[in-house]
Amino acid sequence: MSDSPAIAHGAPTEAGHSHGEHPAYQRHHFETVEQQADATNFAMWLFLLTEIMFFGGLFTAYLILRNWYYPAFVAASHQLNVGWGTANTAVLITSSFTMAMGVWCSEMRNKSGLVLSLVLTFILGLVFLGIKSIEYHEKWEKHHIPGMHYSMQNFTDPQSDPETYNEYHDKPMALDMARHTELYFFLYFAMTGMHAVHMIIGIAILGFMVFRAKAGAYTTGHVTFVENFGLYWHFVDIIWIFLFPLLYLISRHQ
Amino acid sequence: MSATIISLPDQSTARIPKTNFITKENGLLSWLLTGDHKRIAILYLISITFFFFIGGALAGLIRLELLTPQSDLMATDTYNKVFTMHGVVMIFLFLVPSVPATLGNFFIPMMIGAKDLALPKINLLSWYLYVAGGILVIYTMVSGGVDTGWTFTTPLSTHYVNTNVMSTGMAVFIAGFSSIFTGLNFIVTLHKMRCPGMTWFRLPLFCWAHYAASILMVLGTPVLAIAIVLLALERTIGIGVFDPTKGGDPLLFQHLFWFYSHPAVYIMILPGMGVISETVSTFSRKRVFGYTAVAFSSVAIAVFGFFVWAHHMFIMGISNYAMLVFSLLTMLVAVPSAIKIFNWTFTLYKGSITFETPMLYSFGFMGLFTIGGMTGVFLGTSGTDIHLTETYFIVAHFHFVMVGGMLMAFLAGIHFWWPKMTGRMYPEKISQLAAVVTFIGFNLTFFPQFILGTLGMPRRYAAYPPEFQILNVFSTAGATVLGVGYLLPVIYLVWSLKYGEIAGNNPWQATGLEWQTQSPPLTENFLVTPIMDHEAYDYEWLEKQNAKEVASVG
Amino acid sequence: MNEISPVLWQFLVKWMTNFALFPPEASKIAPEMDALYFFMVLVSIIGLTIVILLVVSFSILYSKERHPVAVQIEGSTLLEATWTIIPLGLFLIMFVWGALLYFRIYTPPANAMNIYVVGKQWMWKAEHPGGQHEINSLHVPTGQPVQLTMISQDVFHSFSIPAFRVKREVIPGRYTTVWFEATTPGTYHLFCTQYCGTNHSQMIGDVVVLAPDDFKKWLESSTSGDSLAQNGERLFASLSCVACHNARPDSRGPSLANVYGSKLTLSTGQTITADDAYLRESILNPSQHTTQGYAPIMPTYQGQISEEGVIALVEYIKHLDSDYRIQQTTNTTDLLPESEGTAAGRKPAGQQPSPQGKVNP
Repeated sequence: MSDSPAIAHGAPTEAGHSHGEHPAYQRHHFETVEQQADATNFAMWLFLLTEIMFFGGLFTAYLILRNWYYPAFVAASHQLNVGWGTANTAVLITSSFTMAMGVWCSEMRNKSGLVLSLVLTFILGLVFLGIKSIEYHEKWEKHHIPGMHYSMQNFTDPQSDPETYNEYHDKPMALDMARHTELYFFLYFAMTGMHAVHMIIGIAILGFMVFRAKAGAYTTGHVTFVENFGLYWHFVDIIWIFLFPLLYLISRHQ
Repeated sequence: MSATIISLPDQSTARIPKTNFITKENGLLSWLLTGDHKRIAILYLISITFFFFIGGALAGLIRLELLTPQSDLMATDTYNKVFTMHGVVMIFLFLVPSVPATLGNFFIPMMIGAKDLALPKINLLSWYLYVAGGILVIYTMVSGGVDTGWTFTTPLSTHYVNTNVMSTGMAVFIAGFSSIFTGLNFIVTLHKMRCPGMTWFRLPLFCWAHYAASILMVLGTPVLAIAIVLLALERTIGIGVFDPTKGGDPLLFQHLFWFYSHPAVYIMILPGMGVISETVSTFSRKRVFGYTAVAFSSVAIAVFGFFVWAHHMFIMGISNYAMLVFSLLTMLVAVPSAIKIFNWTFTLYKGSITFETPMLYSFGFMGLFTIGGMTGVFLGTSGTDIHLTETYFIVAHFHFVMVGGMLMAFLAGIHFWWPKMTGRMYPEKISQLAAVVTFIGFNLTFFPQFILGTLGMPRRYAAYPPEFQILNVFSTAGATVLGVGYLLPVIYLVWSLKYGEIAGNNPWQATGLEWQTQSPPLTENFLVTPIMDHEAYDYEWLEKQNAKEVASVG
Repeated sequence: MNEISPVLWQFLVKWMTNFALFPPEASKIAPEMDALYFFMVLVSIIGLTIVILLVVSFSILYSKERHPVAVQIEGSTLLEATWTIIPLGLFLIMFVWGALLYFRIYTPPANAMNIYVVGKQWMWKAEHPGGQHEINSLHVPTGQPVQLTMISQDVFHSFSIPAFRVKREVIPGRYTTVWFEATTPGTYHLFCTQYCGTNHSQMIGDVVVLAPDDFKKWLESSTSGDSLAQNGERLFASLSCVACHNARPDSRGPSLANVYGSKLTLSTGQTITADDAYLRESILNPSQHTTQGYAPIMPTYQGQISEEGVIALVEYIKHLDSDYRIQQTTNTTDLLPESEGTAAGRKPAGQQPSPQGKVNP
């Protein structure tokens, strides 16, 4: 038979309505813009929760292996350049700041401010990746990438690496403990690599957002996209803030 | 059983409504690029049925091989691939998405009075991720299969096989994200899209069950993802995280793998339990006994389910303290399931019961899940687990809960909501026959396996000592009956699409907002946003509603 | 039952055992496990019967024809409490009972006779201390607790003897143990129950239980020559262990006499018991297991020695009861420590003094 009406007490929302009744960016399955903003924001927080669980597996492996092989982890972490790491941390924190400024500009409907903030965040993101690739390149040259070409020489014979030796004066390590430095580097590459993948995705989306922002898409009152992306960006930043001390600063207090 | 609650419109004048979600737009692209949760549910239904029959064929091959003690039907390597693919396909491509992605997708928005899920595009993405995972699995099968078992135990899977571990791992990784996004969508929808008046405790228990399963999907699946990433890295570059000679630990993989895979079984069963709540209520014409208890027990299963994973590892060298903790928690997680069974049983008390097909499947569920669940306690008890683990007892246990439980619940749900989804009724007599045939076939197939397990027959064996043959023959005989029981629904359900009786809005006279709309529903589900002014399963409200309608139409 | 019809009872038992519905009970722990198993079967049957009875009777009493109008009932806290507490109580009983059984099966008694088992794709190798080697079979005596110390050479396996109701995962990288005491002579199945690749289902064998005298006879007839400890002694020399562990006052490594089972303080400050696992780890990962007072200079033998080799060394070290015994080993080789008198000769802080003990090897 023909359509039977649903329980007819609520506010009628007819199928063929004019678009003056709600903003253009409100999707049709939401009743109000507030509901849309609320739902999408909640969805982003939930997604970030899944990301925490995802990284959690790596942090668990780190926890266990560092506990078992602390000397190897200390020696291996000396191979990382704390200068670059600190620079990267500063870069990311600044980019979080510029991102937050972007969200502010979007809420204030300040188009040029938003575009500037997004561009700055984009550049800072690229700077981060640039520094990371310098570091990775150094690891490649020193044969510290786990796998077939991995070399333990810098640990069994620290004086073969004068730069690090002059800074830390590590003692030569027994072979069976030096073997475990490979596990440290696997964690280093897995954790920073996974982080970098998330950065790359974020930067790509930022690029897209710059164009849309220029076209005015985010300064009409529709801030949710920028807001939710901001959440994502801050999350990626926070992951780094955990990675930095865990990977770079293992024995700094000694 | 002549009494029935089916109430169909007058067939001589009844027509399928001209405008509905199926006829709204035509063309393949309108389906492949849809945002409509109902269309996505149908896309899922077709794809999971496809994979179910692939998994089923693999099962048939397993049972045929096991007719004889020797490994004579196929090479041992082939058998190992067959049971691995059977597990991978059935778990990741059938059981995990079955009820949530089809019935959940279709009905959660309707049950809460919403026009769609919160994130329709993500919903469509979920389906594409699922299909991508499925295609990778097919690629794996076609290019030689994988033979590690669906559990990918290291170091076997990292260093000792040269089969397609990587493509299978990738398939599971991608399908996992399909699951994560579905769960994410459900949680956001249930929190933010309920219509006015729809409080949490007025939700159908189907929604509660899906909410609990979604929590598991969202929090558990990412850990599987990282376990697979680590497996892939270990296999390709040899990072050493699972390699004892490099200082790694193969048991770490076990912990990461089971941290997801135990909650996974609750992801698989909870939506089925949601279906049973709906059918038992409708076919007893009664509110579910102890609504609050059933709702909270779903969440309790989800929460406790996260803390029991090492009961899969009791004999692997975990410490005694770990055993105590995990065994105790396993006992705790068994209790909410028992609570549900009793609540459903007492829903029958002083009800008005009829025995249409969904109810038959529901009864089957209750009996078989009880057996499956209790045998789980045998395994959660660490002492007996030593003797029973890694044998056919485990195989029987999980088939009882997954096939006797979940698959029966899925079929109950498909039959229950078929008229709403398609506008047509399925043929009742043959479907009841199929339900009975399935039940008999199931018991004949899997009950002997409990005995085999107690005798000590190990699982994943292509060949076995001759004294186990009789029970294996019984099991294979049952499997053929079971196969018939599963083929019948495909045939008559497809038949009903053209020749089934017109169902009308509410052939079961069920409560629930989805039954207040036309069959098949409109794309936007409701013309007018409903206001929920009554409790869930309010049959008195339904009577008043019908009386009003009769009064106004005349 | 016997009184009702002895013929019927005999027939039933014979049919059940021949038809194989239940495995034989051939170890001391088997009846205890079966008791718990049957308790659970009973509880399951009762539980299932209750559910079935309720469902069937409600379906009949309250079918639509009989009971056309349903009575809406919200629930009953009393009933909820009942069917929460009773199952929980039963499950907790099973938990405790099972846990105690688990502790029993995985805690070998002190007087257990040790047999080493090495699993590899796709066979089991059992090594008796007297040097008897078996492949895919295991001979054990009745009336004597037997402990199996197991390790895998490659992937995860699992050693299962259904008739004894014991099973334990056999993994690479560490020893796992299980024990049993066989009660009935006979031949029983031995299975690998953890999927391990192509011939997983071929990795089966026989456990042969013999009366103590027959077992002694078997031991004597199957010895291949040297005992495990003797093999270990050869390895101890050929791998140059004697270079540092030579029990001289100035040795670079601690004396290993009576070290098995003793409490050691490691250089990390931790105190551990030197069991099989510790001995194996010290050979393969020495720098993490150095005794306090000694420099971490022991090289690792990872990759240079097989699991059987490690087992032989462990057996040898287990039987080292005096420094004299070590010196005997040293004297039989040509390897002597190079720098006598230069290394510190003090007794290290972490090791208990080794008594001058008996002379027997």
